[in-house]
Amino acid sequence: MFALEWDTILAARSIIGAGIAVTLQVTLVAIVGGIAGGTVLAMLAVSGSRPLQLFSKYYVALFRAVPLVMLLLWFFLIVPQILRAVFGLSPSVDIRLVSAMVAFVLLESAFFAEIIRAGIIGLSKGQFHAAAALGMTRYQSMRYIILPQAFRAMLPIMMTQCIVIFQDTSLVYVISLGDFFRNTVSIGERDGTLVPMLLLAGAVYWAICSGLSGLVRFLQNRTAS
Amino acid sequence: MGYNWNWGVLLQPVATGEGATYLGWILHGLLLTAALTLAAWLLALLVGTAFGILRAWPSRLCDAIGATYVSLFRNVPLIVQFFIWFFVVPEVLPTAIGDWIKSITPSTQVFVVSVLALGFFTGARICEQVRAGIAALPPGQLQAAQALGFRLPQTFRHILLPQCFRRILPPLTSEFLIISKNSAVASTIGLLELSGQARQLVDFTAQPYESFIVVTLAYIGLNIVILRLMEWIQRRIRLPGMMGA
Repeated sequence: MFALEWDTILAARSIIGAGIAVTLQVTLVAIVGGIAGGTVLAMLAVSGSRPLQLFSKYYVALFRAVPLVMLLLWFFLIVPQILRAVFGLSPSVDIRLVSAMVAFVLLESAFFAEIIRAGIIGLSKGQFHAAAALGMTRYQSMRYIILPQAFRAMLPIMMTQCIVIFQDTSLVYVISLGDFFRNTVSIGERDGTLVPMLLLAGAVYWAICSGLSGLVRFLQNRTAS
Repeated sequence: MGYNWNWGVLLQPVATGEGATYLGWILHGLLLTAALTLAAWLLALLVGTAFGILRAWPSRLCDAIGATYVSLFRNVPLIVQFFIWFFVVPEVLPTAIGDWIKSITPSTQVFVVSVLALGFFTGARICEQVRAGIAALPPGQLQAAQALGFRLPQTFRHILLPQCFRRILPPLTSEFLIISKNSAVASTIGLLELSGQARQLVDFTAQPYESFIVVTLAYIGLNIVILRLMEWIQRRIRLPGMMGA
């Protein structure tokens, strides 16, 4: 009896571990890709070019209007063939993981673009003028004057967004990608222990997220004082 | 890609033979999404305001209760909360209530669970807005009310909350927009709202692009309607010098 129970727990442990790895991978790619894409979109939004501004505006509006669940399904059901061709993936690669990553990067780019744009607009106009007066090009003033200040001002909101992303990765459930949450549910369904497994999943997410948001508050207080 | 477009499939009668078309299914999904959004927003407003008042109440215990609620509902992913409301709550309630919940028709049960999950999740966000809205009022408001002999509940009811709500109206209406998108998570527990219908249509019609495009457009349309509604409400309720914008 005991040996059997230990077996299931040990087996479950490796499944949960694999799930955590997927959750962390998707989160990390979404954060890094989202900040990169968001920076580009924010640059477009404050660029002088009307078409680029419009592109950025409609991109953000479109991705913010569609629910994440729909976006994940879109990229899972509709785009896999395109993704395989674009990334040159072999058929053995789990397309669900790539789909989820692409969907998250595209969506989070829109959210980070809004955050960064607000950070840039929040800076005093004098910063732009001073950089121009020093003879900096547009690129230089962005790179050395504007963005460093904007990022510093936006850091708490960006970190909070990272926690939101970590939580939202649990929605890969809809494309049957085995992340931490999906795998705990699978084990619960298999062993008839769905209730404790769900409570476990909730407790783990709560511990991680409340710890991280506590950290954000701590950093915020430190930089504010 | 050799995809055969067939928009006509949306007007075909459904395979289950209930005298509806696939487009009719999507419209039904849209109605469910709209109803769920509205019901969950009202619940979130109620729950969020109640806990927001607790957080602003001059009592450490009340503040701690409110803070615990916010911490629990903001730090657990929405889908996990949906599953806990759906699978766990009926089990941990007294057997009689649990059995009664399980005896309700599945579609009603799923809808009620979705309203609860979305309402309490969003309530935690609204709670923080209400708390911040009250905290942003000048302390003179509370002092003046007390000088006039208002008791604390009266002060909240007649002085603090009305001013607070005018100030936080923009974020409150944005929550409406956020709920309309979060409502798609309800499809994971089997509610056939818009995105649930989209998935069902893929299985039934084998024409994924058409149904997905229509459903996505429906979400965008819903978004635009809500945005217009928000602007209209904000214009109606605006007082000169009160909205900050």
